[in-house]
Amino acid sequence: MSSSRFVITVIGLDRVGIVAGISRVMAEHSVNIADIRQTIMNDLFTMIMLAEVKGENVDLSAFQEAMSAIGKELGVQVIVQHEDVFRFMHRI
Amino acid sequence: MLIHPEEILETINMVTNEHLDIRTVTMGINLRGCSHPDIKVFNENIYTRILRCAENLVKTTEDIQNLYGIPIINKRISVTPIAIVAESCHVDDYCSVAETLDRAAQEAGIDFIGGFSALVQKGMTPGDLKLINSIPQALATTKKVCSSINVATTKAGINMDAVAMMGHIIKRTAELTGDRAGIGCAKLVVFANAPDDNPFMAGAFHGIGEPDCVINVGVSGPGVVNSAVRSLQNPDLGDISECIKKTAFKITRMGEMVGKEVARRLNAQFGVLDLSLAPTPAVGDSVAAILEAMGLESCGTHGTTAALALLNDAVKKGGAMASSSVGGLSGAFIPVSEDEGMIRAVQRGSLSLDKLEAMTCVCSVGLDMIAVPGDTSPATISAIIADEMAIGMINKKTTAVRIIPAPGTKVGDMIEFGGLLGTAPVMPVHNFSSEVFIGRGGKIPAPIQALTN
Repeated sequence: MSSSRFVITVIGLDRVGIVAGISRVMAEHSVNIADIRQTIMNDLFTMIMLAEVKGENVDLSAFQEAMSAIGKELGVQVIVQHEDVFRFMHRI
Repeated sequence: MLIHPEEILETINMVTNEHLDIRTVTMGINLRGCSHPDIKVFNENIYTRILRCAENLVKTTEDIQNLYGIPIINKRISVTPIAIVAESCHVDDYCSVAETLDRAAQEAGIDFIGGFSALVQKGMTPGDLKLINSIPQALATTKKVCSSINVATTKAGINMDAVAMMGHIIKRTAELTGDRAGIGCAKLVVFANAPDDNPFMAGAFHGIGEPDCVINVGVSGPGVVNSAVRSLQNPDLGDISECIKKTAFKITRMGEMVGKEVARRLNAQFGVLDLSLAPTPAVGDSVAAILEAMGLESCGTHGTTAALALLNDAVKKGGAMASSSVGGLSGAFIPVSEDEGMIRAVQRGSLSLDKLEAMTCVCSVGLDMIAVPGDTSPATISAIIADEMAIGMINKKTTAVRIIPAPGTKVGDMIEFGGLLGTAPVMPVHNFSSEVFIGRGGKIPAPIQALTN
């Protein structure tokens, strides 16, 4: 692993409070937003965030669980993945 | 942001909609230090050794799965061929070794353990003979143990005595697991040119040139290739090859990343990345579907071998560009029972055993997960094996036979194995006898291709 940065992807129907809800949970887990982008793709609200975690010992599974829980509450799908998966797959 | 949103969504789509996964993380464990004349001590040694190496295998792979968001379906172990390490034991059969492997697999929480194996391409030692004779009972009394026998290589030729013997062993294995549709045979592979580092079951074992403990990874993705090919607008065959190559590249890169990280965390060496398009019973996750996407009405019709050759070669080229550690079987698998498209092709009458045999000349393995009628004779099974071994030997490639003569079944019946093993339609075999040919025994000498020095 070359870094502790995560890509958080949020996909679903647009509604009020998605960004607020997601970023609140991130703050609770001391996860910083390094970059954020949102767009509508195939009629779906799509938000992609690059998140940074300071220190090696983040409880990833607890964070992932909290993120899927807030996703469920907001009616969107939230996926948290280490950024390396995209780097390796698409870049040489 | 350095990573493009389209790339992120493409990856997520591959996993959620197209069944992209790491099919297996397989830990290869050397058991050569475990030998002992007393079988009880030997069994204790291998149990302790396996659990010491694989203690954290499942936990680590699950952590990696969560970290990257890529499903890892199976966690497996392969061990040094038991015929080699058990040779010094003063016993007549090795069933207790299989039971020990089963217990260790259970305790480690893994799905399958491979290596109840012998390499007999040129002849048999007393240990090899004991192991082969133990197979039916061993596979009937264990759940997770897989067995493989290498009976041919390009360098050594085909050991036809072993081929003849395996016909009887397969029949006996089917009979002893007759109450479960002969499932023992689904855990038994007969090989030509068996690779030492194959992570896929049932044929995985930890070869004799391998390091002490190694992580081999098998990546799959017929569904991804199928979708990619289908999304092309009126392509020519060159475009299809290019598209498959690019897709295989991406899949391989992901597998290598996962394999290296698992190996690093377990303090094991990273071995190989096996990029094999291994189908699952899920709709669309099918090698037959890819061949049909290229323009064949039904898999097995004329043109199928050419389409499969294109697919297999493009997969290899993409994989070779993406990783320097490509090994194992790497190519396309055509197991009938595990591929929804193959099953349909058999039912439609477009895919026969003879066509499957031709297809194995140009893809990575062989006649895989094929059900034949319960009354198929041992000599016919041996003859089917002999044909497949000849293809492997002459073409300097791995071929294998995993065939299930399910007791009491006839052509057209469907046999349910469940899970990834799927559902097998019982296929017809030729009714003309091969008895005399198989009965002759001896060796088919190494071919001229062996003289390369």
